[in-house]
Amino acid sequence: MSDDLNTFRMEVREWLEENCPEEMRSPMESDKDACWGGRNFIFQSEAQQRWLECMTARGWTAPDWPKEYGGGGLNREQLKILNHELGRINARPALYSFGISMLGPALLKYGNEEQKQTFLPPIVRGEIRWAQGYSEPNAGSDLANLQAPAVDMGDHYILNGSKIWTSYGDYGDWMFCLVRTDPDAPKHQGISFMLFDMETPGITVQPIKLISGRSPFCEVFFEDVRIPKEQQVGELNKGWSIAKYLLTHEREMISWSGLSKTGSDPLSKTAMEVIGESGGKLDDLILRADIARFEADELAFALTIERARDEVKAGVSLGAVSSWFKYFGTELNKQRYNLLMDIHGNDALAWTGEASNDGKLARDWLRTKGNSIEGGTSEIQLNIVAKHILGLPG
Amino acid sequence: MALVLNEEQTMLRDAAKDFLGSRAPVSHHRQLRDNESQGGFSLELWAEMAEMGWAAIIIPESYGGLDYGYTGLGLVLEESGRTLSPSPLISTALLGASALILSGNEDLCEQWLPQIASGEKLLSLAFEESSQHRPATVNTLAEPEGDGYRLNGTKLAVMDGDTADAFIISVRTRRGDDPCEGISLFLVPADADGLGIETTKLLDNHRSSKIRLENVLVSRSQLLGPLHGGCPILKKTLDRGRIGMAAEMLGIAQETFARTVEYLKERKQFGVPIGIFQALQHRAAILFGEIELCKSVVLKALQAIDEDSDEVALLASLAKIKCGQTASLATAEGIQMHGGIGMTDEFDIGFFIKRWRSLNQQLGDSRYHLDRFARLKAF
Repeated sequence: MSDDLNTFRMEVREWLEENCPEEMRSPMESDKDACWGGRNFIFQSEAQQRWLECMTARGWTAPDWPKEYGGGGLNREQLKILNHELGRINARPALYSFGISMLGPALLKYGNEEQKQTFLPPIVRGEIRWAQGYSEPNAGSDLANLQAPAVDMGDHYILNGSKIWTSYGDYGDWMFCLVRTDPDAPKHQGISFMLFDMETPGITVQPIKLISGRSPFCEVFFEDVRIPKEQQVGELNKGWSIAKYLLTHEREMISWSGLSKTGSDPLSKTAMEVIGESGGKLDDLILRADIARFEADELAFALTIERARDEVKAGVSLGAVSSWFKYFGTELNKQRYNLLMDIHGNDALAWTGEASNDGKLARDWLRTKGNSIEGGTSEIQLNIVAKHILGLPG
Repeated sequence: MALVLNEEQTMLRDAAKDFLGSRAPVSHHRQLRDNESQGGFSLELWAEMAEMGWAAIIIPESYGGLDYGYTGLGLVLEESGRTLSPSPLISTALLGASALILSGNEDLCEQWLPQIASGEKLLSLAFEESSQHRPATVNTLAEPEGDGYRLNGTKLAVMDGDTADAFIISVRTRRGDDPCEGISLFLVPADADGLGIETTKLLDNHRSSKIRLENVLVSRSQLLGPLHGGCPILKKTLDRGRIGMAAEMLGIAQETFARTVEYLKERKQFGVPIGIFQALQHRAAILFGEIELCKSVVLKALQAIDEDSDEVALLASLAKIKCGQTASLATAEGIQMHGGIGMTDEFDIGFFIKRWRSLNQQLGDSRYHLDRFARLKAF
């Protein structure tokens, strides 16, 4: 490693030592510990707030974005070092943000200068929480069939219709949204990409209660919502390319969920603790075989992601393979939770009460069933692999 | 180490692809299979492979080898899986050479490795005693006799036993609570008095032998590694063999899959190419991903041997599990998706499932390695 990078590593290490609060150096205990930022976010602790402020001051919530837009301006090697150092001290993410993981990359690629200046710095600072407006009741797997009409009124558009499956739509300050601007064009060619404040008159948000009893998704209704023209991103009627670009990011993000989170125990260890052993082996030989199969796949998948990253570094483009990552990562995560339910047996059935943390495992298990639906179903991902990688007809 | 090939490795792989494609394509294997008088592989072809340096890839330069590492040998094996080119690459260049190198017996290394590297001598490992893979179950006895030992017992499933110049044989020299303890390894020439070889042709046209040892005398100088301490060497050798076999299975899976995908585009029924049907597309897409997993696992495992990492055992089992399962799926789907023609002897696709079955079984099948993977992970 070059001297420059070594110096950088030492600087990062020292800075983190000074600035990362002690309380932020352990795995999160519940979803509530995640900092999402935004206008109405209530910090869980003074440490959580301080950690976000320190990180945003350096632009390290978006470490590889250009400095001029508030990012950290790090190159790939430096980014790797920063992530490594954060992992080394078990630091919690300072900010969870669809603005950073999804909208930002699209704005950097497709936004005009004014839009970048306006929207990127507040995203880095976690001031605006973003919601995604993609699916509609009749546009799920067939996303390009979306209909919500945005009609040109001269200096603004008027939006009607609705969006569904908007993650945390009830907490979103702004929305990035796919709308129909040309109802007569072929379906992929009449879509545009727009941004708007969720407080604009005419927007209603309705949470959707899931089988887990929780409501991480919402339905959002538009009634004559006024969107200024400068909030339309990229070329008019070319929003589908932005949508696809963004979906690739989303797919990659979801597929990493197949890997066990750093700090969490492997299933086999949990099983040995909960069920116990007999003659050195887990005292349920058929479950043991199932867990072995799972952990073999999990390790093989981790190695494949490692190889994909190395290939990208060597200049090979990932392309449609991200569809397969999404497919396999989500199937693995569903399997992980199926096995966790098996391991915990009767205890896994609890729905309320302190002992079960209000049925956390059962609810999380049910939640994972959506992994292979959201962000493009498993079946759609397999279609993409068959068509774009294998070149099969259809 | 990054999970990508370096330039030298890419060149070696391309050279292997060219050579095997022209000198030993699947038709070469078919021709050997159809000719009863020939053995499991062609000695002339082996001489050419040795000429290419393949017998010497993992052998240190000091013993006349190339010292090119296991990653290099793995790439050649992967390519030989695509063409089903039969050779003693696994029995001699991988298992035999590995056991000698790991034994640290300099005299035996000096005596044998240069001749292995040049392709003149062939070795086989003789360690199985039942139809299941149980390397620690050793009842072949070696009792002290004068300056050496007297060997009695029977070894099974000895790969390429009919052509071996010598065998590396696991024997019991002591009994203890741990079956692994008290195993020793001896190098015994094939023409030793009292050594009998009985050879069977397998479904993949490779040869496997039963070795009978009746009062075979060996001198102490033929001992590989410490007395009673052969098990660690055997285990390490087997892990290297397993990873090499996984590489060959990866080649089998890739070639079968490529042929099958081509067929899906060509074959028409109901007036359309059958690859248009989603029922087939999704199975093909899943298989594509399983093969991607195998590529990562095999490369990581090969690099782990070259780095002498502690993870080799775990990765060897992982490689045997994933490549065994994936090549199984690829060859079975290959036949199914080809339909009736896939069942005919005239068509090549059936050769791949036969070779897979042989490789999957030897040195432990997926189930054996799932159990071992779990043990290594302490559950």
